[in-house]
Amino acid sequence: MAEAIRVLETELPRDIECTLREVAGKEEGLAAEVLGMILANVDCAREGLVPMCQDTGSLIFFLSSGRCSPVHRDAIEGGIRMATDSVPLRANTVQPFTRENEGNNLGRGNPIIHFEHDPSLGEDIVLGIMAKGAGSENVGRGYMLEPDLGLPGIRDAVLETVSKAGGKPCPPIILGVGIGGTAEVAYLLSKKALMRRLDAATDDPQADALERDLMKSVNELGIGPMGLGGRHTALGVRVEWAHCHTASLPVAVSIGCWALRRVTAEWRGEAFRVVR
Amino acid sequence: MCGDAMEPEVHRLGTRLSEAEARELRVGDRVFLTGELLTMRDMAHVRALEALRSGERLPFSLEGRVIYHCGPLVKGERVVSAGPTTSMRMERSEPELIRKSGLRGMVGKGGMGEGTRTALMECGAVYMEYPGGAGALAARATRGVKGVFWRELGDPEAVWVIAVEDFGPCFVSMDSNGETLRNVRNRK
Repeated sequence: MAEAIRVLETELPRDIECTLREVAGKEEGLAAEVLGMILANVDCAREGLVPMCQDTGSLIFFLSSGRCSPVHRDAIEGGIRMATDSVPLRANTVQPFTRENEGNNLGRGNPIIHFEHDPSLGEDIVLGIMAKGAGSENVGRGYMLEPDLGLPGIRDAVLETVSKAGGKPCPPIILGVGIGGTAEVAYLLSKKALMRRLDAATDDPQADALERDLMKSVNELGIGPMGLGGRHTALGVRVEWAHCHTASLPVAVSIGCWALRRVTAEWRGEAFRVVR
Repeated sequence: MCGDAMEPEVHRLGTRLSEAEARELRVGDRVFLTGELLTMRDMAHVRALEALRSGERLPFSLEGRVIYHCGPLVKGERVVSAGPTTSMRMERSEPELIRKSGLRGMVGKGGMGEGTRTALMECGAVYMEYPGGAGALAARATRGVKGVFWRELGDPEAVWVIAVEDFGPCFVSMDSNGETLRNVRNRK
């Protein structure tokens, strides 16, 4: 578990790195210079085995298995304890009222684990892990739109979120948009959307059309790398959806910084592997 | 490429600046810092202002200093990863801190607001940016932890004294003439 967290924090997912390199070649001036430093940082972290960003984030776990057991929670908790010391991770978790920091990245309601029962996995476990920095998490937004606003309303909500976020979430960003369900489902979908790779297109034509449309519109905002202007504000847009109440249109927008750290660890039988 | 089609200047500076040195810096200039940076983010700003408002002395002097909006990842005396945090969260405190403490520079990311812009003009100080998320690269220009204050705030929020050598380029984002990098670029 601690090994998966080390990979998560020190190696930028290849699909994101490739997209960053592609984008860097198309920018000029200050935007190109900033992207050059970001790419140097990616190399530096991978070669030096150190976290690419000092904000090692809130760790979010997406656990799928045919069998959900308290053992899983204990193993994740143990992994966080170990990784905090060995990777190392910054002690980010505080008590919200007193802001007290116990230094172990644990506390009430943590670790954050979303269980998904998948009988096809049997005893095997597939564990998605995301390290979510606060700079980008702080500027995500949720909307309970009225249904008559429809698709244009969804579009406006996303563009408003990105415009207000400006340079704060460390653009070029990756957008996760969750549509439908109830308020908390829309948010969860927006996080799951961020887990989908940039080179894995959706097989859903409606989501695909919205992703392409939003990608174009977001880049037209001109926010650019670190908000200093440029042609690329987003590296990708990912949309996930669920059916919702006839009177509701929940929309949640989660923003991933350029350093969107996600990894999948699998335990199949006796074998463990980190899928890079 | 920034400013009025002028080539940006490169400055190699210490981390104790005079007013004249700070006023010389222009939006778009690149700065490399050598010396000791003090990290200060959310809680350190609140605590420093509480002290200064009640006439207390801080355990460290900010006179002429450059602060870093950063919650570093530190292991013992080693700075593991230390990129900037979002500066705008400090916008409520920064103008007053600039006026009351005599600090001459901040390094952060994402830009700051109107209050800070005005205080920088008034006092002769500067706001610089380093690319966000580039914590491993930034750590390469550090030379260890020289001290720490207010650690009871929790490691990310404490004030760390970090030795740096040629830390940069930091891009001047708000200068003492009231210019901001984002405005200059938008005018082009």
